[in-house]
Amino acid sequence: MTAASRAPAGSVELLRVFTCGSVDDGKSTLIGRLLYDSKLILEDQLEALHRSSDITGEGRINLANLTDGLRAEREQGITIDVAYRYFATPRRKFIVADTPGHVQYTRNMVTGASTANLAVVLVDARNGVGQQTRRHAYVASLLSIPHLLVCVNKMDLVDFSEAVFNRIRADFAEFATRLNIRDITFIPISALHGDNVVESSSRMPWYAGAPVLRLIEGIYIASDRNLEYARFQVQCVIRTHQDAFQDFRGCAGQIAGGVFRRGDAVVVLPSGRSSRIREIHTFDGPVETAYSPMAVSILLDDDLDVGRGDLIAPPAQIPHLGQDLEAMVCWMSDEPLRLGGKYALKHTTRNARCVVRALKHRVNVDTLEPESPADSLRLNEIGLVALKTTVPLVFDEYRRNRYTGGFILMDEVTNETVAAGMIAEPVRPTPHPAPEYAV
Amino acid sequence: METYALSHIQALEAEAIHILREVAAEFERPVLLFSGGKDSICLLRLAEKAFRPAAFPFPLLNIDTGHNFPELTGFRDRRAAQLGERLIVRTVEEAIRKGIARETPGETSRNRLQTPTLLAAIEEFKFDCAIGGARRDEEKSRAKERIFSFRDAFGQWDPKNQRPEIWNLYNGRIHPGEHMRVFPLSNWTESDVWQYIARENLDIPSIYFTHRREVVRRDGQWLPVSPLLRLKPGEEARWLNVRVRTIGDISCTGCVESEVATVEGILHEIAAARVTERGSRADDRRSETSMEDRKREGYF
Repeated sequence: MTAASRAPAGSVELLRVFTCGSVDDGKSTLIGRLLYDSKLILEDQLEALHRSSDITGEGRINLANLTDGLRAEREQGITIDVAYRYFATPRRKFIVADTPGHVQYTRNMVTGASTANLAVVLVDARNGVGQQTRRHAYVASLLSIPHLLVCVNKMDLVDFSEAVFNRIRADFAEFATRLNIRDITFIPISALHGDNVVESSSRMPWYAGAPVLRLIEGIYIASDRNLEYARFQVQCVIRTHQDAFQDFRGCAGQIAGGVFRRGDAVVVLPSGRSSRIREIHTFDGPVETAYSPMAVSILLDDDLDVGRGDLIAPPAQIPHLGQDLEAMVCWMSDEPLRLGGKYALKHTTRNARCVVRALKHRVNVDTLEPESPADSLRLNEIGLVALKTTVPLVFDEYRRNRYTGGFILMDEVTNETVAAGMIAEPVRPTPHPAPEYAV
Repeated sequence: METYALSHIQALEAEAIHILREVAAEFERPVLLFSGGKDSICLLRLAEKAFRPAAFPFPLLNIDTGHNFPELTGFRDRRAAQLGERLIVRTVEEAIRKGIARETPGETSRNRLQTPTLLAAIEEFKFDCAIGGARRDEEKSRAKERIFSFRDAFGQWDPKNQRPEIWNLYNGRIHPGEHMRVFPLSNWTESDVWQYIARENLDIPSIYFTHRREVVRRDGQWLPVSPLLRLKPGEEARWLNVRVRTIGDISCTGCVESEVATVEGILHEIAAARVTERGSRADDRRSETSMEDRKREGYF
């Protein structure tokens, strides 16, 4: 389907960005600079910035203090958690997740990256592509972020040298051939001095491209969403017996992919029962079509037993159904993965339990080579696992749809979130629902 | 032509509705914090969008400082009655009488005393989730808080040990006695809130618009003259046309000089403003980390 997708006239589009790089690559400074130069730092924030500048012992205003919010990180001079910043231009509204570069906080990076349309990776021009940069680019690829902007920062410290920039670009591009990222753009900047951030730099005439702000305003994201495979996850069922809404029974939820229309034939999974969409209900009245990421209620023609965790899809595009999964997981807990261990699992709107049956391999994020045998995954390690779930899950491959292909694992005792999982190709071909259910 | 694309306000609305429905599905005794302020007014509209034609799956709760703008209290009660939803009010006054909240000599504002009062109400009703209207753009420590923000049995927030939050999969698991704070407006800005109020044509308390009020200049702000605010030597009260940008305890809510009488006017005004809305709250200005300290203790 080639729907020309633009936000409705007179409105602006939302772009979710996440920034990553090594410690001291200047992420917070870049965001601070974007806010500062586009006049978005307000007076009281500036005043608070002046008040706190003696903490770092530096005489000048530290732009990173705008985003480094928590006291501990101001004292240590590093960003230790995901911080969200908001700014808008006449064309776009930006949600920026500023994420840490420290190895031990990669779990926060996954948090910041999971919903992003665009990853901004910073590379220190003096150091080139290091282990952390490779790791972050790999995670961005693993999480299927469609666009990547590589900012080669601190160009002022390498005399704005085109040769340095070209070498880093070549190194990164070579590494990126092994990644799954559709769109990569490179730009030389100095966040501290504002070169190529909001305004084009006169000190790098050899760079013909646009500055960062204009690049992120212009990236085309409308075709990133999956509009092909219609998916609706039922969160809860809304019932009432008022006169005006006799026996109202709406399946409330969010469209996780594709487009649904009134009158469409649908199948409810995992039961496999079929029906038609009688009405797409919203508080503002019924609508003819609903598409991702709208939150609506779907009313079906037939009085089926539908509940939380069920997934509604078109009969011609049935997702996979099964209890055996293979998935890439990023481990996020100090407590390592236990082979044979049981975990609580949340996938779409379904809560289940699972057992870890095997760890197929661990990924060496420097070489991208699989390492096996592997007996465990520790904090921030990534590997391919085989899981068996207590109930059948209705899913797609993660690379096809983030929202029907992603899951989290939780510790059943501490309740901590211990892992993020991305479902790979199904283990065996999924039997489609029995023919008698087909429409 | 069908575009299959949402504006940023529609995308934020869809995200908030999804969050509210996750709360309804995953918690046994949730509650929605409703003060009558602009953010919680948006929350109520979003709850209508998430659950109508059915009733809300949670009551409304207000922690009343007793230091209110009278316009706000009237609005709060009227709005709850219009919606036909149950409103629970617990007062700081009562909490002080019971010894749950203790006043600090010399501190007039009761914003800090809302914390023990709220925690006592959560315990009284065994609420396992409190939905609040806080936004990440308000203040630096809020910028780091999760949408589902875990609180231990003492109601404390541990900023260094937050659960990772991935995609739209919120982890609502808690042990008895613990609870979750949930912030559906996390990704909204002040401007988004006003755009939403305009778009939805929502009624708001009159003090958000220009009105004549007796105020006094203190610490760079215009504070309302009330029985709770005594003039210091050398201070002079004046009558000005003002409005409030954010509403808290009347003794520390700064007013801005304004002639604005419409929501559209407010949108223009904040677009041109040079001070963030929290900058008009005296309690946030005491120290660089004051909000972080209050949040650790369980403030909303």
